Amino acid sequence: MENGNLPSKPAVPELEKKLLGRIKGSKKPLRIMHVCGTHERTIAKYGLRSILPKNIEVISGPGCPVCVTPEEDINIAIALAKSGATVVTFGDMMRVPGSAESLLDAKSEGANVKMVYSIDDAIALAEKKPELEVVFFGIGFETTVPANAAALLRKTPENFSLLTSQKQTPPAVEFLARDADVDAFIAPGHVATIIGTKPFESLAEKGFPIAVSGFEPGDILLGINLLQMQAEEGISRVDNGYPRAVKPEGNQIALKIMNEVFETSDSEWRGIGKIENSGLVLRKEFEEKDAAKKYEDLYASALEDVRKKTGGKDKKRCICAAILTGKAKPSQCPNFGKECTPKNPAGPCMVSQEGMCYNWFRYSREGGNRVA
Amino acid sequence: MCIAIPGKVKSIVNENTATIDMGGICRDVNMDLMGGANESQIGRHFLVHVGYAIAEISEEESEETMHLLRQIAGLEEIDTPESESI
Ligand code: SF4
Repeated sequence: MENGNLPSKPAVPELEKKLLGRIKGSKKPLRIMHVCGTHERTIAKYGLRSILPKNIEVISGPGCPVCVTPEEDINIAIALAKSGATVVTFGDMMRVPGSAESLLDAKSEGANVKMVYSIDDAIALAEKKPELEVVFFGIGFETTVPANAAALLRKTPENFSLLTSQKQTPPAVEFLARDADVDAFIAPGHVATIIGTKPFESLAEKGFPIAVSGFEPGDILLGINLLQMQAEEGISRVDNGYPRAVKPEGNQIALKIMNEVFETSDSEWRGIGKIENSGLVLRKEFEEKDAAKKYEDLYASALEDVRKKTGGKDKKRCICAAILTGKAKPSQCPNFGKECTPKNPAGPCMVSQEGMCYNWFRYSREGGNRVA
Repeated sequence: MCIAIPGKVKSIVNENTATIDMGGICRDVNMDLMGGANESQIGRHFLVHVGYAIAEISEEESEETMHLLRQIAGLEEIDTPESESI
C-alpha cells in the first residue's frame, strides 16, 4: 500500500462549502456518472464522495483512455515491436497488460519499445534515426487525437507511421446511457474544450441532465449542483460549468484538423465491446501513414496469432469492464490491493492516474467514500 | 492521459512552437491547434495536453466561471482561488 497518500481531510474552502450546502439542500436522489479519468482523480483525491449526501452517488464511467484500449490492440503493438519495429507510446500505455504481457514486459525481453511525452517526440526520433521503423501507438479521446492529426498534416518522415486505437466520447456515453442505471452525466471538460457542448445535446434530449465540469473540487461540486437543479426542474440540457476553457462550439481549428485526417469508424472498447461510430481512423489519403496498412502482412499474422493464443484465456478475474460501466466498485474485485496494485497492475484500471482502481487504491481503499 | 496542464506563454520558438511555463517548468509546446504560434500569445494562458496547446484560457473566461460560481453559491466576496491563477 502506498502509505502517506491517503487524503487527510477533504479540502472544503468557503466556496465549496456553500456549494455543498446547496447540494445537501436538494432531496432528489441522483446517480451521476462522470466519464473522465481526471474527474475521478479529483473526486478520489479530495475525498468528495465522503462529503456528498447519501442521495448523491457519483460513479465512474469509461473515462480513462488507457483503460478502454482493447487487449487486442496492445497485443498487436507488442507483436509489431517484437518483429523489429520501434513502438513508441505514452508511459501509461506501456504498462497496461495485453492478454499475456504489457509493452513494458516486451521491452524487458528485448523488443523495441520507447516512451514519449508527445507524438512530436516520436516523429523527432524517426527523423534522427532513419534506420528505425517508428510506429506511434496512438490512443486517446478527442483531447489527444487532434495532436496526432496536426502532426500528420506536417511532413512526417517515411519511417514513421501511426497505429491507431483512438476513440470518441459522446457515442460511448450514449451507448452507456441505454442500459446503465444512471440519471445524469458529468461531461468531460477537456474533451469538451475540443468538441464543445453540442455533441452532448442529443443525450440531453433523451432526458439526461448533463453538465460539463472542470477539474477543481469546486468545479465538480458545481457540476453536481447544476445537474440537481435540472433534475429538480424536470428538465435536461447541457450546462457548461467550465466556461473558462470550454466554448459551446469547441476548438474549431482542432476539429477541422482532426476531421481532415481522421474519419469515424466503429471501435472496440476494452471490456465493453464494439460501440458504433466511436472510433477515429485514418482517412484513405493518409493510408501510407497507417501502420496497419504499412505492415499489412505482419499486422494480419500478428492478429491471427494473438487471437489464437488468447482464445478463452483467463483474464485474471479483472472486473474492469464492470467498473468502467458503473456496475461494480474496485473493492469488489478479488485482485484489488492484492494481485493488483499500481506497482504491479493486473488490469488497465490500476495503471494510470486516471484509472478508477488506481485512484481508489492510492487515495482511499474506499474510493473516498470514507476518509481516513 | 487526459490531464491537461495550464501554462503561460513565455516566448515563441517558431511558427508552430511556443515555450510555455507550466507551474515553473518550461516546455516547448506545439501551437498548431491554436492556429500556430505567434508573438501575440506571449503572456496568454493555454491548456497543454500531450505537448499540444488545446484551449486558451482567458482571464474573462476564468472570470466567467467565477461569476457562475458566485451566482450559484450566492457569493459576492470570494477571492480567486489559487488554482485559477494558473
Ligand atoms: S483491481 Fe485490478 S484486476 Fe481488479 S478490476 Fe481493478 S484493474 Fe482490474
